[in-house]
Amino acid sequence: MSRTLYDKLVDAHKVCDLPDGDMLVYVDFHIMNEYTSPQAFSGLEQKGLKVWRPEAHLSVVDHVKATRQRAPHNAASKLLIDNLEANCRKHGIAFYGLGDPRQGIEHVVVPEQGLVAPGMLIACGDSHTTTYGAFGALGFGIGTSEVEHVLATQTLRYKRLKTMLVNVEGALAPGVTAKDIIMKVIQVVGAGGANGYAVEFAGDAIFAQSMAGRMTICNMAVELGGRAALIAADDKAYRASGQMTFDAETWASDEGAEYDSVFNIDAAGIAPLVSWGTSPDQSVAIDGMVPDVSAETTPKAKAALARALDYMGLEPGQAITDIQIDSAFIGSCTNSRIEDLRAAAEVVKGRRVAERVNAIIVPGSVFTKLQAEAEGLDIIFKEAGFDWRPESGCSMCLAMNDDIALEGERLASSTNRNFEGRQGRGARTHLMSPAMVAAAAISGHLVDVRDFKKGTA
Amino acid sequence: MPSTVQGLAAPLPTANVDTDVIMPKRFLVTITRAGLADGALADLRFDETGKRQLEFVLNQTPWDDASILIVGDNFGCGSSREHAVWGLMQYGIRGIIGTSFAGIFFDNARKNGLALPVVGPDVRDQLLELAGHSEGLEITIDIGSRQLFYEDQTAAFTMDDATRTALLKDRDDTLDSLKHADAIRQFEAGLTETMRVKVAQ
Repeated sequence: MSRTLYDKLVDAHKVCDLPDGDMLVYVDFHIMNEYTSPQAFSGLEQKGLKVWRPEAHLSVVDHVKATRQRAPHNAASKLLIDNLEANCRKHGIAFYGLGDPRQGIEHVVVPEQGLVAPGMLIACGDSHTTTYGAFGALGFGIGTSEVEHVLATQTLRYKRLKTMLVNVEGALAPGVTAKDIIMKVIQVVGAGGANGYAVEFAGDAIFAQSMAGRMTICNMAVELGGRAALIAADDKAYRASGQMTFDAETWASDEGAEYDSVFNIDAAGIAPLVSWGTSPDQSVAIDGMVPDVSAETTPKAKAALARALDYMGLEPGQAITDIQIDSAFIGSCTNSRIEDLRAAAEVVKGRRVAERVNAIIVPGSVFTKLQAEAEGLDIIFKEAGFDWRPESGCSMCLAMNDDIALEGERLASSTNRNFEGRQGRGARTHLMSPAMVAAAAISGHLVDVRDFKKGTA
Repeated sequence: MPSTVQGLAAPLPTANVDTDVIMPKRFLVTITRAGLADGALADLRFDETGKRQLEFVLNQTPWDDASILIVGDNFGCGSSREHAVWGLMQYGIRGIIGTSFAGIFFDNARKNGLALPVVGPDVRDQLLELAGHSEGLEITIDIGSRQLFYEDQTAAFTMDDATRTALLKDRDDTLDSLKHADAIRQFEAGLTETMRVKVAQ
C-alpha cells in the first residue's frame, strides 16, 4: 500500500492507540521558549510529576529577547527568562540563554546546531515549528498544556490529519524567491485553506531551493492553516542534517500515494509578492494594485476588504509601488538566516537607505550574526544606514521585546504575519522577501527588486 | 464540564481573527495562567487609553453578558499561545461556534474545556443574524448529542469523538496518558542509539 510521507512519519511514531480515534505519538525532540512554557512547568509541579527524558528537550530564549543589548530590557522579560533558566536547571534541560553562543531564534538555532534529521518528530510551543518539514521531519506547534504533556510523557495525544499536496512545477523567474513561492501558495489556498491538513510541498521548484528556502516555505505553511508541512528528504536534506539517523524508512511519499487535496502551481507564473492587507493571503504581485472593494461579490467580502484597507490606510486601485514606507525589518524565523542576509546585502551594497526610513536587521542567531560579520555583511548594512542589531531574537516580528512599531507606522517586513497589531498596535505590515525589504528600504517605497537590480527603479 | 453550555451569543463575523487579536502580546509576559480576562480581545474592547470602545459588540447590551461567540471562518489562526483560550474563558466565554478553527487553537480549547462546535456556513450565517438582534439570542450547545438549540430550532454540529469525550469527561490528559507508561517505555526500547536525541547542555 502506497503511503504519504506524512503517514509514514505518524506510523513510525505511534506508541499506541487511544479511545475515540486519538493516539499517543512519540516526540523525539521538544523545544521550549520563555513565554509558552512557564505554566507547563508549574503544571508538573502541581501534579508532582518529573520530566520523562530531560536530554530530549532544549530551551532557547528568543521571543522577549532585547536586540540592542544583552540584558533584558525590562523586569517582566527578566522574569520570563530567569524562570525558564531556573526550570531548566531544576530538571536538567539544556538552556541556551543570554550570552550563550548558541542562542538565537529557536527555529534558526535548531537546524544550525544539527538537531534536526529526516524522520524525526519535533514539537514546540510555537506555531512556526512547521519549519522542520524542510528536512522531511514532522514538526508542529503545540499549546502550553501540550508542552506539559510532552515534558511528563515524551508523547502527545494526536489525531491523524488529512493530507494536502502542493506541487510547484517549473523554474522560478530570476529575482523570485522561496518567500514568493509560499506567499503564492497562501494566496491560492487561502489563510484557513489547509486547516486540518498536513501539507506536503513537491515539484522541481521546491527541490531547487536551498535548505534555507525550504525552511521559509515550511515555516509559513502554518499561515494557510497547515498543522504540519513536509518536503521529502533528498541528498540536500541529509547533508544538512545532524548526527541522528532515522533510517528505518525512506522519508518520502511512495509512488502513487494518494492525498485528500492537491494544488498545482506554475513556478514560472510567480512574481515577487507583497501583502497589502491584514491576513497573509491578502497579497498581490509587486507590479499590481491595491484591490478594489467593488470587485468583491458578497457584502461580507466587501466589508472584510474595506476593513483591511482602512486598517492599512490604502486606497483601492493604488499602485503597490506607490506605497511609501516608514520602516524596514529583516529578521524572524521565516527569513533571518545567513542566506537571507546575503540576498539582502546583495541589494544593499553600495547604496543608502532612504532618508525617512528606519531600517533594522536582527540576525536569526548569534552564530548567524558572527558568520555575517565574518563575511563583511554587517559593514555593507551599516554603511548603507541599516541598524545592525548586536543581539538575536524574534524582535519586531511579533514585538514582544522593545522593538515595537508605532500606531500607523508602515513597514516592509521579511516576517510571517501581517495581522492587525502584530508589530505594534496600529502598525501596518507589508510582508515580502528579504531582498524586497532591502530594496524598499533603499527606495523608500515598495519596489520590484528585479527592476531595482537592473537600475530602472 | 457540564454536558451542555448555555448562554447568550454575540456575533463576531470577522474572518481570520488571529490569536494576536484574541490575546495581544503585552499580556503574554506572565508565568501564570491567571489574570488574562482583561487581555481577551483587548484591542477591540479598549482604545489605547484603556477606555471601552462602545462600538464593539461585547461592550454593548445585551452582548456584554455573552458567554458564547458566533465567529467568522478560520478563528484562532496564528500563534500557538494558549493564553488566547485562557483569556477568553476568564472573560466568561464557554463556547465558540464557527465554520473552521485553526488547529492549535482548537486543541488548546479542548485541553481547557472550551467547546468549539463546527457548523456549516449557512447555519453560522443564520446564527450571526439572529445573535445580532437587540433582544439577543440564547443558545444551548449540547455536547452529548452534538446539537445546538436556539429559539425553536435545532442544528447539528460537528465535533470529533475524542474532543467530545475530552470535554464530557473533564480528565487530566497528562495523568491519563501516564497510564500508558509501559507502552511508552516499550516504544523507547525499540529506538536505536542514533534515534535518541541528546541535546548538549
